[in-house]
Amino acid sequence: MAPDGEDPVTADPGQPPAETAHARRRQTEAEAVALVAAPDMSVADVPPELLAQTLGQYLRASWLRVRGGDSGVLPVLMAMVVVAVVFQIITPEHAFLRPSNLVYIFGLSTVYMVLAIAETLVLLIAEIDLSVGAVALIGGVIAFKLVQQPGADWPWLAAILAALVACGVFGALQGILSARLKIPSFIVTLGGFLLFSGILIVVLGGADGSVNLNTSDSNQAVIYDLVQGTITPVASWILLVVVVGGIGTALWLRAASRRRQGLVAPPKSVTAVRIVLVAIVGAAVVAVCTVNRGTSLKSVQGLPWVIPIVLVVAAVWTLVLERTRFGRYLYAIGGNPEAARRAGVSLAGMRTWAFALCSATAGLGGILLGSFFYGEYSTNTADPGQLVLYTVAAAVIGGVSLFGGRGKALHGVLGGLLIGGIAYGVSLLNLGSLSTPLQYILPGGVLLAAVLIDVLSRRGSTGSVTRV
Amino acid sequence: MTEVNEAPAGASSGGEDAEPLLSMRGIDKHFGPVQALYGVNLDLYSGKVTGLCGDNGAGKSVLTRTIAGAHQPDHGQIFFEGKPVHIRSTRDASALGIETVYQDLALADNLDIVQNMFLGRERLRHGLLDEDSMELAAADTLKTLRVTTVRSIRQPVASLSGGQRQSVAVAKAVMWNSKLVLLDEPTAALGVVQTRQVLDLIKRLRDQGLAVMVISHNLNDVFEVADRIAVLYLGRMVADGPAAGFDRQSVVEYMTTGAANGRPSEPAASASGEV
Repeated sequence: MAPDGEDPVTADPGQPPAETAHARRRQTEAEAVALVAAPDMSVADVPPELLAQTLGQYLRASWLRVRGGDSGVLPVLMAMVVVAVVFQIITPEHAFLRPSNLVYIFGLSTVYMVLAIAETLVLLIAEIDLSVGAVALIGGVIAFKLVQQPGADWPWLAAILAALVACGVFGALQGILSARLKIPSFIVTLGGFLLFSGILIVVLGGADGSVNLNTSDSNQAVIYDLVQGTITPVASWILLVVVVGGIGTALWLRAASRRRQGLVAPPKSVTAVRIVLVAIVGAAVVAVCTVNRGTSLKSVQGLPWVIPIVLVVAAVWTLVLERTRFGRYLYAIGGNPEAARRAGVSLAGMRTWAFALCSATAGLGGILLGSFFYGEYSTNTADPGQLVLYTVAAAVIGGVSLFGGRGKALHGVLGGLLIGGIAYGVSLLNLGSLSTPLQYILPGGVLLAAVLIDVLSRRGSTGSVTRV
Repeated sequence: MTEVNEAPAGASSGGEDAEPLLSMRGIDKHFGPVQALYGVNLDLYSGKVTGLCGDNGAGKSVLTRTIAGAHQPDHGQIFFEGKPVHIRSTRDASALGIETVYQDLALADNLDIVQNMFLGRERLRHGLLDEDSMELAAADTLKTLRVTTVRSIRQPVASLSGGQRQSVAVAKAVMWNSKLVLLDEPTAALGVVQTRQVLDLIKRLRDQGLAVMVISHNLNDVFEVADRIAVLYLGRMVADGPAAGFDRQSVVEYMTTGAANGRPSEPAASASGEV
C-alpha cells in the first residue's frame, strides 16, 4: 500500500549488512577477547593515542594501525625520503639537497601546499574542483594588475583581498551550479577549468601577454616579496622559537586540561616527543634557509616570508576544519551526507561555501605563484592544466581521501612539498627532450599510486567506500 | 485528559490508566492516488515499549515518519502530552522530544562516537567546538545506558560492530531529553549477541521512563521487549493492545490477513469508520 516500496528516507536497507557482515563478525570475536588480550584487529581501528598509556604502547598501537591499513601520513613521509635520496643520487653534481635548491623547492612547494589545502576543502565533501588551477592563476593576475602603476595602483593588501574575493565568487558560482542543480562537480569544474583558462589569457592580454611587478615600487615589492623576500637569520630563529613554543604550549596545555577533566589524553612522553619532532623539523628548515645561498657578490640568507605565510594558512584551516561547526559538517557530509542532512546541515549551502572557500584559498596560491616566478605572470609560466594536476596529486598523496570525509590541512602541506620536490627534481636533470614529459609522468604516476593507497586502505578498513 | 476520554476505545482497550504520551487519531495519509494510512489510531505510553508490526507496505514507515515529522498527515490529529500538535518537520519533533533512529542509523563513519552523537547540535565555547564538554556528556549518556563495550568514545564509528553502532544511534537519540524514541528495525542485520545488546538497551530506555516504539519484522524481538503491540495491515490499524493479549499466531494472522481467529479486528482500528 505504501508508495514506492515502503521507504525513500529509511532507504538503503541492505547497506550496512552486506559489506560489513564479515568485518563485523570478525570484530565481535575480537571484542570477546578484547578485554583480556587486545588482539590486533580491534586495536588497529582505534587511534593509538586513545588507549596507550606509555610511549611504548603508543608506538606499538601506531604500528598495528599502520598494518591494519590506516597508514596516515606514513606513505607521504616515506615517499619524501625516497624522492630525496633518488634525486640526490641522480641529479648532476648531487645538487638536489643543496640549501639553495631546497629553499627553491620550499618556495615552489608553498604554491602547491596552498592549492592542495584549498582542494582539500572540496575533496572532504567527496567533490572535486578541477578549475582550481585556472582560478588561482586568474586570482594572481588580478592581484598583479591591481597594483600596477600606472594603473589601478591599489594598496597591496586591498589588491590581494580583492583577488581572493573574486576567486571566491568564481568558486561560489561553480558551487551553486553543482549543489543546487545537482550537476556533478567534476563536470561543472571541468567546464570552469576551460572557461577560466580562456579568461586568464584574456586578462593577461593575449596569448603572449604578461604582467610584471615593478620591485622598485614599495607597494608592488610587498607582493613580489611574498615568496622572494626573506627575514634575517636572527629573526628566523626567533620566529622558530616562538612557533615551537606556541605549538608546544598548546599541545601540553590541551593534554593537561583533558587529564584534569578525567578524559583520556596522550601520555606525557608522547606529547613531549611530538613537540621535540616539531622543533627538529622547524630547526632543520630554518637551518637550511639561513645558509647563505647567494653568490659571492650578494648574500641571500634567511627564511622566505612564504614559509610563515603557509604556516598561517595551514593553521587557520586546521582550526576551521577541526574546531568549528563548518569543519565538522564538511567531514560529516563526506562521511555520510544523509546523516548530515538529518542533523539539519544544509548540504547545498555547505557545498557552495566549500567551493567558494576552496577558490578563495586557491587565489592566494596563484598570487604566491606569480611571486615565485619573480613577479612575472605570462602564459608560459601559467599553465592551469599542470597546476590542477599537481594540486589534486599533492592533496591525495598527502593523505586526503578522494572519497570524502578524510583529510587535513597538514596533508596538503606534506603532499605539496613532495610534489614540489618531484617537479623541481625533474627539472634539475639533464634530460633534454624528456624533461617536459617527465614533469607530467612522474606526478601522474605518484598520483595513481596515492589513489591506489587510498582505495586499498578504504577497502581494508571496516568503513565503506560507498556513498561517494 | 479530555482528548483521551473522548477518544475512541483504543486507549481504554489497552487497559491503561495513565494518559498516553502521544495519541494519533484518525490519521489519513495518501501519496497521489495511493492511500498509505486509513484513519489510524495509535497510543504510545511513557515507560512502555510498543511494538509496531506489519507486512511490507503496511504503512509502518509512513506512520513512523508521520510521528517523526517527515510526513504531514492529510487528516487526523496528533496529541502530545494531551495537547494537539502539528509536527511539520523533524525539528518540530525534536522540540517535542521525539527522536527517530532510522534503519540506516545515519551515522558518519569517519566521525567518532562523540562527534556523531552531537552532530548538528555541537556545543561551542568562544565560537569553537567544545570537545571536552561534549565528550563528557556523551560518556555520561553511554554510561547511563550501560553501553560499555566500546573501547573508546573517540574511536571512529567505522570501527564499531553493528550492535555498537545501533547503541550509539540510540544513545544519540535519547541524549536530548527525549520523551519518545522511534526505532526502525533496530535488530535487522544484527547477530544474536548484538541483538541481545540492543534489546537490553531498549528495556533500559523503558525503565528510564521513555516511550519507545519499535518497528520490527522480527516477532521474537517484539514479544521479548514490547509491552504493547500494534499491527498495521494495508494502511489500517487492525490490532492494538497489551502484548499479553497476543500470541505469535494471532500477530502473524493480523499481519497477513488483517484479522485473527475469525475476529475482524480490535476496536482501535474500526473506530474511525472512515473507510
